Amino acid sequence: MVLVLALGDLHVPHRAADLPPKFKSMLVPGKIQHVICTGNLCVKEVHDYLKTVCPDLHIALGEYDEETRYPETKTLTIGQFKLGVGHGHQVIPWGDLDSLAMLQRQLDVDILVTGHTHQFTAYKHEAGVVINPGSATGSYSSINYDVNPSFVLMDIDGLRVVVYVYELIDGEVKVDKIDFKKTTASST
Amino acid sequence: MMISDGIEDEEKWLAEGIAGIQHNAFYLHRALDSNNLREVLKYSAQLLSELRTSKLSPHKYYELYMRVFDELRRLEMFFKDEDRHGCPVVDLYELVQHAGNILPRLYLLCTVGSVYIKSKEAPAKDVLKDLVEMCHAVQHPIRGLFLRSYLTQISRDKLPDIASDYEGEGDTFMDAVEFVLQNFAEMNKLWVRMQHQGPMREKEKLDKERNELRDLVGKNLHVLSQIEGVDLEIYRDIILPRVLEQVVNCKDELAQYYLMDCIIQVFPDEYHLQTLETLLGACPQLQSAVDIKTVLSGLMERLSNYAASSPEVLPEFLQVEAFTKLSNAIGKVIEAQVDMPVVGAISLYVSLLTFTLHVHPDRLDYVDQVLGACVRKLSGKAKLEDSRVTKQVVALLSAPLEKYDDVVTALTLSNYPRVMDHLDAATNKIMAMVIIQSIMRNSTSVSTSDKVEVLFELIKGLIKDMDGTSTDDLDEEDFKEEQNSVARLMHMVYNDDPEEMLTIINTVWKHIMAGGPKRLPFTVPPLVFSALKLVRKLLGQDGDVAGEEAPANPKKIFQLLNQIIEALSIVPSPELALRLYLQCAEAANDCDLEPVAYEFFTQAFVLYEEEVADSRAQVTAIHLIIGTLQRMNVFGVENRDTLTHKATGCGAYHASLIPMGLNRRSTLRLMRVGEGKLIRVLLCLKRSLRIANAAQQMVNVTRGSSGPVTLFVEILNKYLYFFEKGSPQITTAAIQGLVELIKTEMQSDSTTSNPSSDAFFASTLRYIQFQKQKGGAMGEKYDPIKL
Repeated sequence: MVLVLALGDLHVPHRAADLPPKFKSMLVPGKIQHVICTGNLCVKEVHDYLKTVCPDLHIALGEYDEETRYPETKTLTIGQFKLGVGHGHQVIPWGDLDSLAMLQRQLDVDILVTGHTHQFTAYKHEAGVVINPGSATGSYSSINYDVNPSFVLMDIDGLRVVVYVYELIDGEVKVDKIDFKKTTASST
Repeated sequence: MMISDGIEDEEKWLAEGIAGIQHNAFYLHRALDSNNLREVLKYSAQLLSELRTSKLSPHKYYELYMRVFDELRRLEMFFKDEDRHGCPVVDLYELVQHAGNILPRLYLLCTVGSVYIKSKEAPAKDVLKDLVEMCHAVQHPIRGLFLRSYLTQISRDKLPDIASDYEGEGDTFMDAVEFVLQNFAEMNKLWVRMQHQGPMREKEKLDKERNELRDLVGKNLHVLSQIEGVDLEIYRDIILPRVLEQVVNCKDELAQYYLMDCIIQVFPDEYHLQTLETLLGACPQLQSAVDIKTVLSGLMERLSNYAASSPEVLPEFLQVEAFTKLSNAIGKVIEAQVDMPVVGAISLYVSLLTFTLHVHPDRLDYVDQVLGACVRKLSGKAKLEDSRVTKQVVALLSAPLEKYDDVVTALTLSNYPRVMDHLDAATNKIMAMVIIQSIMRNSTSVSTSDKVEVLFELIKGLIKDMDGTSTDDLDEEDFKEEQNSVARLMHMVYNDDPEEMLTIINTVWKHIMAGGPKRLPFTVPPLVFSALKLVRKLLGQDGDVAGEEAPANPKKIFQLLNQIIEALSIVPSPELALRLYLQCAEAANDCDLEPVAYEFFTQAFVLYEEEVADSRAQVTAIHLIIGTLQRMNVFGVENRDTLTHKATGCGAYHASLIPMGLNRRSTLRLMRVGEGKLIRVLLCLKRSLRIANAAQQMVNVTRGSSGPVTLFVEILNKYLYFFEKGSPQITTAAIQGLVELIKTEMQSDSTTSNPSSDAFFASTLRYIQFQKQKGGAMGEKYDPIKL
């Protein structure tokens, strides 16, 4: 069982002061093995904070990030899964599934994680999953009017991944989950 | 040389004294065993003579005293048992007075006196009176102090207190009080006199020795506090005045400091509350060198804790006007002690403030008063340079922030900013950060424009360059932290009412606009997003979006936004400004304000063309422009065409200078624009293919590279996208042709294999296969394509 935290679009301090306290108290150091971030942190303090949650941190470059050396896209392998992350502002129309699927093919990954729309989504298509963890701070978005703070936790176990989404709605943390199973092991 | 000799000598004398005691003790014990009264008296007197020495320091004298004390206990047991010595206690009392030297005589007398009182053959008060007066005969400070200390010790459990065994007719606790007060007064006089006796010594050493004995004197106060019969009235009318008289008249700083503190610690807080005036009245009469502020701080701390632990006494505090009395007392002390350094005065005010916050937290006028007193103390002086004073002032300013969860309360104190003004620039900023952190920690929201005004005035050190400073002096990390804090703060500044919120935004803008090029990139974005949130809120309200007559309407806000983003040009921050213009364009789109949205786009294009130079930045900018444009639905045909054309131009601009890959992809993205404008789409596609082909030629000339292959695969994917959307121009033949082209290219000799483009092609083929196998309409569509 490998836990992977996926989050992004915090926009601290441009659009939000900080992560919601309820989220912060859940993100205990030492419990999570990998962190994937879709970008737009935006400042070093957030980077340092995420590093304390888990040192294996992968960040894609968002258009407001202070640190411009983050890569535009990144791929990594965890267990039987190949994961890819990008911020998503480069994929137009923003949030369009077919266009995201193209990026997924280009990166050749099973799980694609992108952000930018501040809207949690998880699509299964072909043999892959496209996930958007939303905005961890619930910050303003020109694309999505009704933004609740959200993040995603993936539990990777063999050929199966369970995607848990945590959303802060009216002050309460609500959890939902979606199951995915790979049909074949990935070829090296 | 002399000192070490002195120490050596002292050790020698002490050793001699101990030897003397042991010698006599041996014979004493023999006499006790044989019940020989005469011998007992003889040897005990000899033993006690060792205490007649004047050669020892208090510390060493004490060692001697303790050994003697042990022997006296045995002696007392012997005296008590009349059967052993056959002498009635009355006679014994008489007998011991024949001892040759005064000191042994008095020790023996006290010892017998103890037995006498226990026997109840005489009233306790008489015996005690006799003893306390007889001790007068020993005027040597150290010897006298230890003697009287012995008296205190043996009399403790024999005082005629209420419900004690020794209460009797005419024998009341008042006699006990009188006895202890007298002993106390005499002991204090001896203690003070210590500094004048003996060989010349350094003051420090002397003070140290005196301090070693202070508890002997203070013990009497303890005893007084334990007397059951003593109540508030007795304390107020008799005990306190007598003790204070001693304290003031002795004119000795060491004694005064210790005793004032002792009084405060030993007697109950309720007494202090009711005798505040008397107690405080003594303070200005003390020697100027006495550290009265520590004493007063101690008093205020005790009273604070008293109030905290027993809230029911709070009305009493008001009733005795504790605050006013303390405040006046502090004022008088500061006035009287002209040499008191500023740090001392301020630390007194810090204690008073802490007291006020504990006892009268709702009395903001009191809190403000204390701050006002500080302002007066600090005024006329230049900005604070002494770090200790600065520390105290920061403590003063931080206390209300810690106490009141709603920091805004501190903001209403009129003297608060005045105190802050006295801090030097660096400390002022630190204090401003403390304020911000307090707001963030308590999640306080600052919700009116007045309070926002005060708040931003208070933190002005962070927001603009103050006189004599510049941002160049700052450490970059610190500076970033400061500015990010200000940015965060802006999210706490909020009001539900749109009109008020707009006023707030204007207020904040007024303050931060003077921040200068280094600060604006930090402070402008959060303000812009606050304004955009307000626009959205207005949209969400019932009925029409607020008309132009309304004080808060989107158009006005967009005008303000334009102004704010414009200010970034002095930094200059074209990339940031471009992003913010696009955000505004989207918001204007949602408000149906076509000209406003168009204007924002124009601004964005100007920035792109004139200021965004870095090629990577240009690509990102293009993505953002295109992505935003794709979502616009407010534009009429003409405007939309103009903007699309401009966007396409941007993509192709600098074709030869931008590295190959980036440019082509941008053009590909353009296809997203103008869904439905399929002709343009096709043109773009064909142009991309042409460019890609041209690239292929170039590649054949230079070393082998698979650049074109990756591009071809990308184009193939785009073809599939539009194919699925039903574009008639993309035929299965075109797709098939491109697939074959790619396969050929990949097998060609001049192409070095690239694993990522291989994988991309493979996954694309898998996708096509997947679609074919789907069946239904999609499967049919894909059927002609053969892999």
